[in-house]
Amino acid sequence: MLEGLLIGLQTAMSFQNLAMVIAGCLIGTFIGMLPGLGPMSIIAIMIPVAISMGDPSAALILLAGVYYGAIFGGSTSSILLNAPGVAGTVASSFDGYPMTKKGKAGKALTIAAIASFVGGTIGAILLMIFAPMLSSVALLFHSAEYFALMVVGLSAIAAFAGTGQVAKAILMTVFGLIMATVGEGTLFSLPRFTGGIMDLQTGFGFITLAMAMFALPEALFLVLKPKEAGSAGLEIKDLRITGKEARTIAPVIGRQSLQGFFIGVLPGAGATIASFLGYAVERNLASNEEQEEFGKGSIKGLAAPETANNAACTGSFVPLLTLGIPGSGTTAILLGALIALNISPGPRLMIDEPQIFWAVIMSMFIGNLVLLILNLPLIPYIAKILSIPRNFLIPFILFFTLMGAYIGQNNATELLILVGFGVCATALKFSDYPLAPLLIGFILGGMLEDNFARSMQLFDGISFIWERPMTLGLLIIAAILIVLPSFRARRARLRAEGVADGD
Amino acid sequence: MALDRWIALIFLGICLVYGYTAWFTMDANLAPFMKRNPIWPSTFPKALSVLAIGASLVILLGIEKSEAKEPEIDYRRLHEYKLGQAIVLLCLMVAYAICLRPVGFIISTTSFLFFGAFVLGERKWILMASIAIINTMTVWYLVQQVLGIYMRPLPGFLGG
Repeated sequence: MLEGLLIGLQTAMSFQNLAMVIAGCLIGTFIGMLPGLGPMSIIAIMIPVAISMGDPSAALILLAGVYYGAIFGGSTSSILLNAPGVAGTVASSFDGYPMTKKGKAGKALTIAAIASFVGGTIGAILLMIFAPMLSSVALLFHSAEYFALMVVGLSAIAAFAGTGQVAKAILMTVFGLIMATVGEGTLFSLPRFTGGIMDLQTGFGFITLAMAMFALPEALFLVLKPKEAGSAGLEIKDLRITGKEARTIAPVIGRQSLQGFFIGVLPGAGATIASFLGYAVERNLASNEEQEEFGKGSIKGLAAPETANNAACTGSFVPLLTLGIPGSGTTAILLGALIALNISPGPRLMIDEPQIFWAVIMSMFIGNLVLLILNLPLIPYIAKILSIPRNFLIPFILFFTLMGAYIGQNNATELLILVGFGVCATALKFSDYPLAPLLIGFILGGMLEDNFARSMQLFDGISFIWERPMTLGLLIIAAILIVLPSFRARRARLRAEGVADGD
Repeated sequence: MALDRWIALIFLGICLVYGYTAWFTMDANLAPFMKRNPIWPSTFPKALSVLAIGASLVILLGIEKSEAKEPEIDYRRLHEYKLGQAIVLLCLMVAYAICLRPVGFIISTTSFLFFGAFVLGERKWILMASIAIINTMTVWYLVQQVLGIYMRPLPGFLGG
């Protein structure tokens, strides 16, 4: 591990990569503050830039910096304006905005900065410890287990979608897989489902789909429903926290770093779930008079989600880097970028390309430090971006989505596909269909089918499912994950009607 | 019928066509030696079509109960939002896609940014024009010179 650390330090400390961390954090923080642009859209916009750099470690470092920056920047607009730019920071606005209304905006931002810093740093240390362990286990995996593991990942994403949403999430995931089968499959070299259209021969463009699913609907929502913005006359003072306050939030930050990290590791649960769960847990653990404070400007209620979402961001890199399975929409986009750079994340990554793996981890430490330095003294200036009029902002967001799709493929037809899919995605968003599962399904589709085909060929049929116990076990877990939420919802409903009280 | 069930109906239609292709028409032009393979190009799509049809039927028939949530935008009252602006912006994007190649990057981007702001209700002409031009030139410089991706800057008859 020490050797790996040194390799990582050497790579991360190069001038280019240091510049990438700083640039990524800055870009992420600035764009993350804009309501409507989450880490997913920002990373989707940044991918063409990252891919054209050609150096995978620099690209991954840049994108990881953007990811933290976005989560961090989102908390700024949550706290100052009650306008969370990112889903993962919605929970920060519960107590952050009341603090701003009380005139404690400076203190709230300081707490957010410190909590995020500690959460991210502890997350990176845990990543360092757990990723090699997980990846040595993962090396025992066979293509059959990979297939089963991806099924588990996909069904976990569906299962975490929430009550009453499981069928929709499953449909979107399967539809993503269906879209991935369009074009030429790697194992067969036969065009499938193209309908004779030449442009579909290579399949749908991943960046086009990412832009159409996330950035475009968000921008259209901003057009349709102008949110009230503007922070005129907002004073930022009283930056320091007292020793007593520090002692109050220290245990919260400690607990939430661990909890957030492990939630982030689970596929399907990302920063959003980690932050809500962190808020809920800390509220339950607090004493009675402190519970009264929650929602009215409690420092504990602000520190908990801020720590948890940053730790979860780091945690979500574990399945990505060790198993090659993205746990969230954002890491799914990162996975797509890595594949475009000819790196296949998985257990072999740490052996074949150790400099990439360790450089990313080292850049996490550097990135967290950069963010802390950035957030503390620069907050009053950073907040100025919130006053860009939306009349100028929205055309730019639209332009950047178009540019992102165009630069990747250099094909103007792709732009028409983008607009078409964007409209469809907006309709799906209206009717509460989750969009992230579709993209995750699309990205995993090719790998899922390849591993499935490989194990079918090795075992000359479907028998690998029962001949390999690990595969069978994983597939059973996947089935349970899908059935469980609807089963629990049904029981809760029956209990509400007073039927199932007997057991 | 609510919008989500209409969408499920559309998905069902797509999946039926997809499933029909996978189950009945796709294997016809498979090479004879590939038929001895345990997995065919159509195997995986066959399984997917069954799953997708099942999931869309669950939504369509309303088997899974879901509690109503307060949506961010209520599509039933879509006309109360700024629908016109959104549609015009989408048309503008389509026009941009069509114009990008023949008209060139600089002219189409400048006008896209200018008219985008105009549609959203901005009327400070000089500010709009200067922001559009400065940003177009900056992006063009970054993409063309720094990243080295070719973009035709001007229409063909101007030597672009």
